[in-house]
Amino acid sequence: MTGPGYDPVIQGERIALVDLLDRVLAGGVVIVGDITLSIAEVDLVRVSLRALVTSISGLMEAMDDSQEYS
Amino acid sequence: MAAEGGWVWMYGVADDDLETFADGAAGVGGAPPRTITAAGLTAIVGDVGDREYGEAALRRNLEDLDWLAQTARAHHAVLEAVAERGPVVPMRLATLFSSDAGVTGTLQERADDFREALSLVSARNEWGVKAYAVKPADPAGESGHEVAGREGPATGPGAAYLQRRRAQLTASKDVRREALASARTVYAELSGFAVSSRFYPPQAPDLAGQQTPMVLNAAYLVADERAGEFTAAMADLTARHRFVQLTLTGPWPAYSFVSEGDGPGPR
Repeated sequence: MTGPGYDPVIQGERIALVDLLDRVLAGGVVIVGDITLSIAEVDLVRVSLRALVTSISGLMEAMDDSQEYS
Repeated sequence: MAAEGGWVWMYGVADDDLETFADGAAGVGGAPPRTITAAGLTAIVGDVGDREYGEAALRRNLEDLDWLAQTARAHHAVLEAVAERGPVVPMRLATLFSSDAGVTGTLQERADDFREALSLVSARNEWGVKAYAVKPADPAGESGHEVAGREGPATGPGAAYLQRRRAQLTASKDVRREALASARTVYAELSGFAVSSRFYPPQAPDLAGQQTPMVLNAAYLVADERAGEFTAAMADLTARHRFVQLTLTGPWPAYSFVSEGDGPGPR
């Protein structure tokens, strides 16, 4: 059953860039290549592209908070 | 082998029976992907030029959102093409070597880690689940009046405004609290169908193309044989929770479950 709020990405449909960047910049195996931007610089990229990483509070932080109080 | 003054872009690692990989995606920088086999593993790589992918150029280009988008999509397209043939362990974006020897050395040195990662992702895929806080579509104005009534009649336009504003704030806080509670339930229930899970930071509303705040941005590693149950559970949760709008993305190559030190997500 699918409701209006249920929105699976159909194979072949254009993937949202933001979801992709989450994964290719913060996921994947990190190894020390001959250019090691993959470790330090990509973090800097995340900082400089502020729009991409503007952290808003969500479940992750709410859970952290609740752990403090429980 | 890499062209003179060029670099070897590493996409990911697969089992060594991937020799037939030749067609499919164009690859980063337009160069067709190729393979390097060592230690019973196959690295999927591509040749890229120094002018665009050398250290200084890369640092500059990664700041360019259009370039980054194009590169990320090309990286992803190759990994998806490989994933259609068998398990693949993705590398983080911009993993570069000066020659094939560097890739071969990495396969040899890290063979055990790669094999472990391959067996972790084998016959499994990643799914993304996001939840946005939404105000349920019921008579929203009513609760505002109730609150105002409880606090007594307003004595002037200023007081009435303040009461209304306070009621609005209370209502939006309630919406947020309800949304977080729903997100927690959604996260926990879906975890029951997954091998592993991980949180990402919520995406900024502008960027996510949504007006409403994101309260959950999670990734799940789900066995392919349970993908049907997982998506059915998503649909069921969507119907049950009015304070969150849920979106599902995937299946993805298992980007979120191969980085060192990530471990499973919070439980």
